[in-house]
Amino acid sequence: MFTPNALGYLAETPSQTAGPYVHIGLIPKQAGFDIFSNNLGESPIGADTPGERIRIEGRIFDGTGAPVRDALVESWQADAEGRYHATPTADGFRGWARTGTDFESGLWAIETVKPGRVPGRHGHKRMAPHISLWIVARGINIGLSTRLYFGDEEAANAEDPVLRIIEQPARRQTLIARREAPGHYVLDIHLQGENETVFFDI
Amino acid sequence: MNEFIPRDRDQHPPAVTPIYKTSVLRGPHRPLISLQNSLSEVTGPVFGHGDIGPLDNDLILNYAKTGQPIGERIIMHGRVLDGSGRPVPGVLVEFWQANAGGRYRHRNDTYVAPIDPNFGGCGRTITDAEGRYAFRTVKPGPYPYRNRGNDWRPAHIHFSVFGTGFAQRLITQNYFEGDPLIARDSILGTIPDQAARERLVAKLDLDAAVPLDTLAYRWDIVLRGSRSTLFENKLEGN
Ligand SMILES: [Fe+2]
Repeated sequence: MFTPNALGYLAETPSQTAGPYVHIGLIPKQAGFDIFSNNLGESPIGADTPGERIRIEGRIFDGTGAPVRDALVESWQADAEGRYHATPTADGFRGWARTGTDFESGLWAIETVKPGRVPGRHGHKRMAPHISLWIVARGINIGLSTRLYFGDEEAANAEDPVLRIIEQPARRQTLIARREAPGHYVLDIHLQGENETVFFDI
Repeated sequence: MNEFIPRDRDQHPPAVTPIYKTSVLRGPHRPLISLQNSLSEVTGPVFGHGDIGPLDNDLILNYAKTGQPIGERIIMHGRVLDGSGRPVPGVLVEFWQANAGGRYRHRNDTYVAPIDPNFGGCGRTITDAEGRYAFRTVKPGPYPYRNRGNDWRPAHIHFSVFGTGFAQRLITQNYFEGDPLIARDSILGTIPDQAARERLVAKLDLDAAVPLDTLAYRWDIVLRGSRSTLFENKLEGN
């Protein structure tokens, strides 16, 4: 249907905003109705998944400092041993979740296990524990990729090969969730402004 | 595992597009930091038929309460391909849309057109061995939205697609050929490249229609391609 270029490659389908009603398709309960027997991404783990139970949460702020209250956040992470699983393990770990920011407070939250360290590229150090985040919303033309690192992993963060390619050390801090209490991490995301979060072209 | 070919950002809308006002305050200003793929980008969740239900690809029946939804009955179908033209089998495709009157079943949609009691407006499916997807629905109606003073969205269906790696994640919208609102749409207008915009327009496919029953439209989706590493710039350790 589409015409390949001179080398035979096809161009990627262009992105369009997820719009204000993204909840209908991906998290219909938040849109206000129940339709699917299995709502995908409600939890990245199972009841028996080993690892330290944690809660990650935060808000997403626009260029005026107002919380974005209609965004969708997806997360992708390794298990507590640092292994990724494309399909759920016997103990119910999948490592993928999705949730919406709250229509009133703008807060999003995911309960999961703390990921382990994952091998870096060939010749690189292991990566620090991190969770990949993908954010879409009305007004976001193409999904935003970022990472959440953990504030209590200072030694691992200091040698993380991805954090280290961010030239300004102050900007690295935009990816590091602060530990509010044992097992409770908060990361606020800023779409614009002085503290604009680092987003990646992956 | 292979890494993905870097995204050609010229095929996509930039982050800030004044024609679509909301993007002005929500689009990041700073350059994206380019990352060579690690395991975190080339892996991703893979779904199977056990994750979805038997009516999930039939929006005519999956929320029917007292009868079937009002509207033009259509089949939307196509293939999911990668950048090398290879079919992408076994991936999750999700879709959501307004009803035939242009109204969404969503607590934040206050458009005057009525909710259809028999239409939910969402579904999902998994591509088959040849990368094909298909679902049945009613054609969505255009609707107005707050942007410029009199902006109307052309009829469209929202699509969410997974690949095999999280870096392939894509959300987009498709349109229907012949719609005079397409050329005036400020969301489609965020894409600078004319040929790229045209790739979001589904074509009438009479051969796939069910005579005396349901029309059909065809629209193919292309995800980022991957490459095998020819020389030593390896993805994983050891
Ligand atoms: Fe829409």
